[in-house]
Amino acid sequence: MIDFKSITTAIDNGLHELMPAPAALITECVLVAVCAIAAYLVFAIIMIYMERKVCAAFQCRLGPNRVGYGGFLQVFADVFKMLTKEIIEIKNSDSRLYNLAPFLVVMSSLITFSCLPFDNGLQILDFNIGVFFIMAASSFGILGILLAGWSSNNKFSMIGAMRSGGQMISYELSMGLSILTLVVLSGTMQVSEMVETQTTGWFIVRGHIPAIIAFIIYIIAGNAETNRAPFDLPEAESELTAGFHTEYSGMGFGLFYVAEFMNMFIIAGIASTIFLGGWAPLYIPGAEGFNSIMAYIPGFVWFLGKTFFVIWLLMWIRWTFPRLRIDQVLVLEWKYLVPIGLLNILIMTICVVMGWTF
Amino acid sequence: MDLLLLFTMIVASIAFVGIVMVLTRWISPRTFNRQKGETYECGIPTQGNTWVHFKAGYYLFAILFLMFDIEAVFLFPWATIVQELGLKALFGVLFFLFFLILGLAYAWRKKALEWK
Repeated sequence: MIDFKSITTAIDNGLHELMPAPAALITECVLVAVCAIAAYLVFAIIMIYMERKVCAAFQCRLGPNRVGYGGFLQVFADVFKMLTKEIIEIKNSDSRLYNLAPFLVVMSSLITFSCLPFDNGLQILDFNIGVFFIMAASSFGILGILLAGWSSNNKFSMIGAMRSGGQMISYELSMGLSILTLVVLSGTMQVSEMVETQTTGWFIVRGHIPAIIAFIIYIIAGNAETNRAPFDLPEAESELTAGFHTEYSGMGFGLFYVAEFMNMFIIAGIASTIFLGGWAPLYIPGAEGFNSIMAYIPGFVWFLGKTFFVIWLLMWIRWTFPRLRIDQVLVLEWKYLVPIGLLNILIMTICVVMGWTF
Repeated sequence: MDLLLLFTMIVASIAFVGIVMVLTRWISPRTFNRQKGETYECGIPTQGNTWVHFKAGYYLFAILFLMFDIEAVFLFPWATIVQELGLKALFGVLFFLFFLILGLAYAWRKKALEWK
């Protein structure tokens, strides 16, 4: 087992020996920021490659296979191409808000990303209001999307942004309710504590029926939050060109693209943290030999394995279902998911109070 | 310490986007063409402004969301202490959820959940 807490403490002590305390603190902050952005970009690249390959597999194609081994360098080629594309100034746009929008979108997804527990101690932000903070930070991104659509002064962008706003705030609600169900079960909002409780059984097993309902609601709502098919109305290619980022060119578009992929990673990461046990290994009560073998697998392997499983699930949904209409999207949320979510909280409360959980 | 890290992440994200935007402006070519700055719509010149009155249905859902989300915020502190309170928590939240569902039923009855 690798203990990340000891590694970070060693780095902290080493830096304090080398330089005075304020300088060490600043160096640590810079190190954390660089590591977070590097991880952010690495996961984005892996996910873009994965999306292309998975989508190709679902459509019986090969996907990228010319640039590099198995087409892996294709993503890098795309990034460099995007960097050398001209940033076009739109004549009629509100240029200040137009330039501000990517900042808000990336900020929201990067802050949420730094709340994910990759392993025991390998987590940047660990507030005692954890999941609540994650929800607040992720809903911040809607603002950026609305600004991007509105400031472009383009009808496609405007319609896309409005749809996106309507859809994302609606599904935010049932996402919150399903997270709330799990908070009732765990009794804490701190992410690290939630994962630690799950070392003796994942919440989806402990909470049985209400937890599974919450998980299904969460996956549906998460799919809508990331604006992916079957909820891809905000950027429906065949209707709205590219939706809210129609007017963005080159890296302006690239940042939206990366943030969107990372939002999917974050949704999957939170799902694996609060439902599937985060870095906690598989635990079966009674089977001690099995548990000790499972505990040999490092925590971040468990976390990434579960996260990529959920991502694969989301990709499967995306490439299988046709797009919904806006009225169907809103009816699904307000007439089905919200009432079911509210009742589900009640069921979970009864289970917890009566002690019917594992 | 946590707040310092949060501040670090905010600064890091601003710096990241800023550096990427400056870098791409620096290495990308720049040409001038009067048509380039036009709004990208259908190929024909754009008709009218986009900043007009927009469909009210979206705002209706935004208001509904505000009400329900604030109620969800009230549930969070309750959720952390359910196990300590026991049955008291259950009866308390029954009352709360009753009014919440009453509100939803009212909106449903008034056809606020229909897309028109």
